[in-house]
Order: sequence, then C-alpha cells, then structure tokens
Amino acid sequence: MAMYAVYAFVTGLIFGIGLIISEMYSPAKVQGFLDVAGKWDPSLLVVMGGAVAVGIVAFAIAGRRKTTLIGTPMHMPTARDIDLRLILGSVVFGIGWGLAGFCPGPAVVALGTGHVKAFLFVVAMIAGMGIFELIERRRAGAKPDVAARTHDTPERHRAHATHKPRGSHAKGRG
Amino acid sequence: MNIDWTAFTPWTALAGGILIGIAAAIFVLVNGRIAGVSGIIGGLLRPSLPDVGWRLAFIAGLIIAPSLYGAFVYLPTLKIDPSDATLIAAGLLVGIGTRYGGGCTSGHGVCGISRLSPRALVATVAFIATGMATVYVVRHLLGAGA
Repeated sequence: MAMYAVYAFVTGLIFGIGLIISEMYSPAKVQGFLDVAGKWDPSLLVVMGGAVAVGIVAFAIAGRRKTTLIGTPMHMPTARDIDLRLILGSVVFGIGWGLAGFCPGPAVVALGTGHVKAFLFVVAMIAGMGIFELIERRRAGAKPDVAARTHDTPERHRAHATHKPRGSHAKGRG
Repeated sequence: MNIDWTAFTPWTALAGGILIGIAAAIFVLVNGRIAGVSGIIGGLLRPSLPDVGWRLAFIAGLIIAPSLYGAFVYLPTLKIDPSDATLIAAGLLVGIGTRYGGGCTSGHGVCGISRLSPRALVATVAFIATGMATVYVVRHLLGAGA
C-alpha cells in the first residue's frame, strides 16, 4: 500500500535525524560509549532513555488496540522465547558493533553522507544477512520441522493478514 | 568508571532519543510494526513482494536524512576510525548476528524494551555487554586505536 510507504519514509527520516542530532551515526561516538574502561561517554544511554520514554507510551497505546490509527491490522512480533539463537545472535552482533561502532540504523544514515567506509560496512552487512538467508533456506530444505518453523515467521503471517478485510484480524495482539 | 564530561552530550542525546522514540511511535501506531532496522533491511532478502515498498521507503528516509538535515544545519562530525578490513568483517558479523538474534539496537533496544519484552531486554544486555567487551579487548588488551 502506498500509504504505508509514505509513513515509512517519514518514519525513516525522523529516525535518521534523531540519529544525527544525537551523533549516534558517528561510530567514534558509539565506541566512546562502549569503552567503559577508557574515558566513558554515557550519551548512548541518554539516547535510549529518551527513545524508550516516548516508546513506552506509544507501545502501551498500541498494545490496547486491535488495529492501527488508520484501521489496518497490527503486526507485532509473536516470538517470546529466550533461546540460544537469540543470545548467540546478539553476541555475534555485539562483536561486530564493538569492532566498527556501527549498528544497522546509523550505518545506513552514514551511508547517506556518501562516506566510503559506511558503504563498505553496509555492503558487508547486507552480505551477512544474505548468508543468514542462505543458511536458513538450506536448513529448511533439509529438515521439514525447521521448514515449518521458518515459514511461520511474522513476515509470512503478515503477508496473509494484510489481505484480509479489516477487522478480521481481531486476535492481532492481545 | 571515568566519565568523559567533555564528550558527554546529554541534551542533544536526549533530543535525538526523543525523535527516535517519535519515529518508533508513528511506525507502530500507523504502520502497526516495529521500527527495527535490521529486520526491515533483512526482510528485503525474502521473497515477499507486498512488503518491498514500505521497506525501501523507510531505508530511503534514513539515507536522505543527512542531506536534508545538512541543508539547514551543520552535520555533527562523522568519525569512522576502524580500517576498511575491520569494517567489512564487522559488517558481516552485524548482518548475520542481527538476523539470528532477531533484532538490533532499534528493534530490541528501543522498541522491544518499550514493549517491556523480556526477550528484547536479554538481547540488548547481550549485545551491549559483548560490544563493551570487544572494545575493551581491542583498545586495552591489544592496544589498537585511542
């Protein structure tokens, strides 16, 4: 839906400006936060605090609603399990984050300045995501139970949900 | 702990954080989704066509942000110290790790914690702790960079 794209663009723009004003798009600033044993810059903690203070209100409102403000279905994540996959994945991400000072959002914003180093990082990151997809598809092909699990992702669920008439998605999020 | 008061920028950090929160709020209340950058980009590598439009639009917003902001105000310093090889290795790790872990700083760190999700809190503690440990090893044990 074109309407979704317009709001997504505005969201990306505000998000990006937030990352610029807070200087979180600059890896040196982020590494200053991660360097607790050196001269520590707590700024990132304040950024997260500010974002969560607004977010907590928005998600509380969203949690009570069955549809969005424009009447479309909610697509909240359904995964709740705290498993090895979650922890190992986050640890691997943390190593990369520490090495570069970049996580996905700031890297894409920095790419917008035309900086070559941001471009290298983003290309490698997309390649990493591609490697994940290939491994997952291979696993899905080998084991039927994994296939069932992989295909029942929120993305797939959403794809179906968006084709239903509004209101039929009542159980969207309790 | 030795806080670097000259580097600490609480007011711009708070202002930027509030904007990020507003963006996440718009996204959940209007699009009904989590503003998680790794999930939005990673989803493009899956064959689900109806989702391509808004994903690309979100990424376009992020990419255009510096040009638009820079047209009115000076951009804050963008400082990228690591070598090209380090950035490529780190990019691969961030790509694989965020997809296996189901999120990054935005999806788990901002949106997940705002939803009071224990899963997101565990992920956030895990990647911040590992990020800190990595910087410790690189800067203080191996002695690279300042």
